[in-house]
Amino acid sequence: MNQLYDVIIIGGGPAGLSAAYSAWENGAKKIIVIERDRELGGILQQCIHNGFGLHHFKEELTGPGYAYRCIEMIKDKPEIETLVDTMVLDVKDNKTVIAVSPEKGLMELQGKTVILTMGCRERTRGAIRTPGERPAGVFTAGAAQRMVNMEGYLPGHKIVILGSGDIGLVMARRMSLEGCKVQAVLEICPFSNGLTRNIVQCLHDYDIPLYLSHTIVKIHGDTRVTGITVAKVDYKMCPIPGTEFDIECDTVLLSVGLIPENELSNGLNLAMHPLTAGPIVDQHRETSLDGFFAAGNVVHVHDLVDFVSDEAEIAGKYAALKALGKMEGEMREVKVSAINGVRTCVPQKLSMSVANPADEKVKLFMRVAAPHRKVRLEIKSGDNVLLSKPLPVAKPSEMIAVEIPAAKFDLIGDEITVGLLL
Amino acid sequence: MEFVKSTDVVVIGGGIVGTAILRELSKYDLQCVLVEKEPDVSLGTTKANSAILHAGFDAPTGSLKAITNVRGNKLYHQLEKELDLDIKWTGSLVVATTEEEMATLQELMQRGHANGVEGLQILTAEEVLEQEPNLQNVKGALWAPTAGVCWPFGATVAFAQCAVQNGAEVMCDTKVLGFIKEDGRIAGVETNKGVIKTKYVVNAAGVYADEIAKLAGDDSFTITARKGEYILFDKTACNSLVYGVVFPCPTKKSKGILVCTTTHGNTFIGPNANELEDKEDHAVTMDGMNEIMTSARKLIPNLPMGQAITQFAGLRAVSSTGDFIIGPSDIEGFFNAAGMQSPGLTAAPAVGELVAAEIARLSGAAKKANFKAALPKTKAFLRMTRTEQAKAIEANNLYGRVICRCETITEGEIVEAINSPVGARTVDGVKRRTRAGMGRCQGGFCGPRVTQILARELNIPITEVLKERTDSNMFYEKYAADGGEE
Repeated sequence: MNQLYDVIIIGGGPAGLSAAYSAWENGAKKIIVIERDRELGGILQQCIHNGFGLHHFKEELTGPGYAYRCIEMIKDKPEIETLVDTMVLDVKDNKTVIAVSPEKGLMELQGKTVILTMGCRERTRGAIRTPGERPAGVFTAGAAQRMVNMEGYLPGHKIVILGSGDIGLVMARRMSLEGCKVQAVLEICPFSNGLTRNIVQCLHDYDIPLYLSHTIVKIHGDTRVTGITVAKVDYKMCPIPGTEFDIECDTVLLSVGLIPENELSNGLNLAMHPLTAGPIVDQHRETSLDGFFAAGNVVHVHDLVDFVSDEAEIAGKYAALKALGKMEGEMREVKVSAINGVRTCVPQKLSMSVANPADEKVKLFMRVAAPHRKVRLEIKSGDNVLLSKPLPVAKPSEMIAVEIPAAKFDLIGDEITVGLLL
Repeated sequence: MEFVKSTDVVVIGGGIVGTAILRELSKYDLQCVLVEKEPDVSLGTTKANSAILHAGFDAPTGSLKAITNVRGNKLYHQLEKELDLDIKWTGSLVVATTEEEMATLQELMQRGHANGVEGLQILTAEEVLEQEPNLQNVKGALWAPTAGVCWPFGATVAFAQCAVQNGAEVMCDTKVLGFIKEDGRIAGVETNKGVIKTKYVVNAAGVYADEIAKLAGDDSFTITARKGEYILFDKTACNSLVYGVVFPCPTKKSKGILVCTTTHGNTFIGPNANELEDKEDHAVTMDGMNEIMTSARKLIPNLPMGQAITQFAGLRAVSSTGDFIIGPSDIEGFFNAAGMQSPGLTAAPAVGELVAAEIARLSGAAKKANFKAALPKTKAFLRMTRTEQAKAIEANNLYGRVICRCETITEGEIVEAINSPVGARTVDGVKRRTRAGMGRCQGGFCGPRVTQILARELNIPITEVLKERTDSNMFYEKYAADGGEE
């Protein structure tokens, strides 16, 4: 099997599906989505809670509901093929994709463009070096979520959750609803890394204590977890001697961060950003390698799937235009730098058409380094202010999205800075 | 107690030493049974160590450690082909950072020559940096070209499989409770599964070898557990760490905290060395991790800690005699292979030869004419060419389903690991045979899937699948709506 595709999309989660639809809408004639799981939809399929889709579909959906919408949009379109239970083993820089499945064996596909939408994975106990024994009963929150929501088993009965990211908070509620006792949620930072609505709806509503500035200093148990020792941490996040106390539990769920899944990107030697841990992209979501696009959590971890879809639609559109030869013409590169309290900003660069600069408005997605109240976001190029916007609240856990209007494009020099006025 | 079977030799302990002995015994006309208290082989010292096949210059000349180390190293070169073992002959460096340490290198080299180690050489700082450009403060190093790294779990399983294909038996979940003696000599072993009548017993019980010996009436030695902690890095970290085996200059207590590659291209730092009272303490400690990081930074100041993927601790069996304890005890029919701390992994095949030859001599057993030395060759999917991969899937389409995405391990390989002789029975057993779960996500993605495959292949409920040891269940039934179990 060696066929020429306009767009090959690696990953059939919300990013891949949205990119496929957008590529189709923009005229691509031959599109394929490759998914390693047994069905399309990605991690949404195990997120059976609600709260998805308010921005993108203007209504509140569950994870599987959101996935269903995305799948419906690409279904029955002769231009879009999908493969499930299929793993991409290798992508070459000439856009040859090697994939494997039990049904079709080893496949070689050729693309004019490739969109990387592999999503992200969870940080593990090993990455944060939690001391103690290594018994059964220590899971990443997402792995436990899949077992509970899709396979129908419990990871344990008495639960402690380390990390107050959204998956951890949602799992605290899920485990409570399943009849388990959630003993505590521990967070090493002095603030939660989850959405405020999740703190309220998943912890407060179930009387689950949240210990800020606390972490696990030892996991106990020879065969199965029997408990943990917890300590308060100082401002450097080091445990403070004398503050230790024990919590009895048979399960520890880890929600300690997500890491973009960039094994394939690294194999392609794409330019990567050290803080987002994803490929550096321009406003079209094209990476450093011509014809390779990337979108969603593989570029930077999002908190809302809605923004993933928005971003993937951009990637799908420009991948389609590229495949159709509509992205010609001289471009100049503008660097986008995150400064003054803004930790990351995507895209990290703009490719501005020299002939026609007022191409289309540019949307920037950013995260701040620390929580703030009543600050101003300022986007400048040299001395020219492109956008100045007051932010009542700015939190590291909530991605900020703003648009630079096309009318301001003639003010843009070689660099744009994105920062807070503190 | 119920009688289960009658045999010639019972080997106690399914680590690298016990299985190496079992394999050597299976060359003779002897009925042999290995008993292991855990659900799988390779769960004691064998599962958490540095995996180094030492050249043999460390141990005092003439000691059992020195003799079996040098012999064992040679045997691995032969076994590698026969048993299709994963070994990388990297050579090893002992790096000196001061003039004083340079003098120690000379001592080590002389001892190495006396021990019969070939090819030893003192390298200049420039020569060392050519091999390992990330090292700092290097004055010179002792280069031992015969050293390497192996895959200890794979070797243990291969030894056991080879023994089984030559008629030996491996009984897991079988704990020794006592011994039966007749006229002062060994006549049987009492286990939780019943009595095994036997003429000979070989004690390869690791950190518990002293307790087993005592049960038999031999209290000539004691074993202390010495804990060593490790930090393991992702495969991508080697470019900022090392490509081979790098020791600091040794101290009296240990060979020091090393920076070292593995057979599959990960890198680790460790171990430290702490004597324990508790033989079940496998906890990694904050102090221990700080100790090994501080020490490793003397050789590599910028450790890529962001690429650490796991930490673990292993226990070594340190004997009160200071050397390995190999051979017959005062109890007739009772043999020891005890105190097998470093270089025990390297020495294991040589220890096997010594013990098996002695038992064969005493029992008058002859060598089998039809001993099958070779195991069928297998190749990991990841290491196959594309054509081989396509063929493997054609023969069995489960090779087309990747279960462990970090290490590219297919369902076909996992099913084979479960259904082979001495097959995997636990999630970690699958991991040690196939590497599923050994990558950067540490089983976060594939752990539940491997659990489901084990349940299907072993025909047991998912709730009975174990992570590793008895009672280490992974998952439970949901509560019924009325609050009870479903």
